[in-house]
Amino acid sequence: MQNESSSVLNEFCRGSIDAFETLFRQYQHLVYSWILRIVRDPATAEDLTIETFWRIHQAHARFEPVQGFEGWARSIATRAALDWLRARRAEGEQTAEVCAELAAPAEADAAVTAEIRLKTALAFQHLPPKLRIAATLAVIEEQPQKDVAAALGISIAAVKVRVFRALRLLRKNLEKQGIRP
Amino acid sequence: MNTHDQDHKQALMKKLLQEALPPVGGDTELEHDLWPAMLMRLDAQPTATVSSGWTWLNGAWFDRALAAGLVVLAVLFPASIPVLLYYL
Repeated sequence: MQNESSSVLNEFCRGSIDAFETLFRQYQHLVYSWILRIVRDPATAEDLTIETFWRIHQAHARFEPVQGFEGWARSIATRAALDWLRARRAEGEQTAEVCAELAAPAEADAAVTAEIRLKTALAFQHLPPKLRIAATLAVIEEQPQKDVAAALGISIAAVKVRVFRALRLLRKNLEKQGIRP
Repeated sequence: MNTHDQDHKQALMKKLLQEALPPVGGDTELEHDLWPAMLMRLDAQPTATVSSGWTWLNGAWFDRALAAGLVVLAVLFPASIPVLLYYL
């Protein structure tokens, strides 16, 4: 099995479309679910999964089989999602559809009203994409910090700093709106 | 403000954020195979891998100009480096 997967990776490096298809079928679910955690929209996550594998295909010659495919794919997926967040922010983000999905979680605190949740979600969308993506993965999705760090290509300490800054900016934004968490 | 207050505020903020945006969590199953769509994408842009030698004119020039500008700024005003790093 190990030899088989290593041979697929070597074939992929040489540009084999069959090896690419094998890797695509093996990792599309992982890449999709990782992107979905960031963008929170299934249709966008599908588009970005295709975009990610397109970039992977383009970069096949630069891939080092020893580094492993999963982490590499995840970091390219994160970059694709980050580019999407940046483009969306530059275009003036459409937040209505995201906010429409803001049903209260089952264990929601009764003191936290729907209005506060909505304002928090909107404020979160106005954070710089780099801070937002770190906070989304580490705080909302509770992914291991080492995975987040590897996906973003930064250290664990840098992930902590980005999460800290994201939460501080969010708190300041909410305080301006009269909400004191 | 002491560290304990800071930690407490961060914890409250985390809780509020998790309530405002519940995790996608386990509901992340891909409903269909994306390989046919991937094939269409590969077929649609078969020449994208071939560099024409003039691609730097098509868009990357702006990135390069921006990077050059930042380098010049850092060389002329070294005090701006921490500010640039902060916003990176």
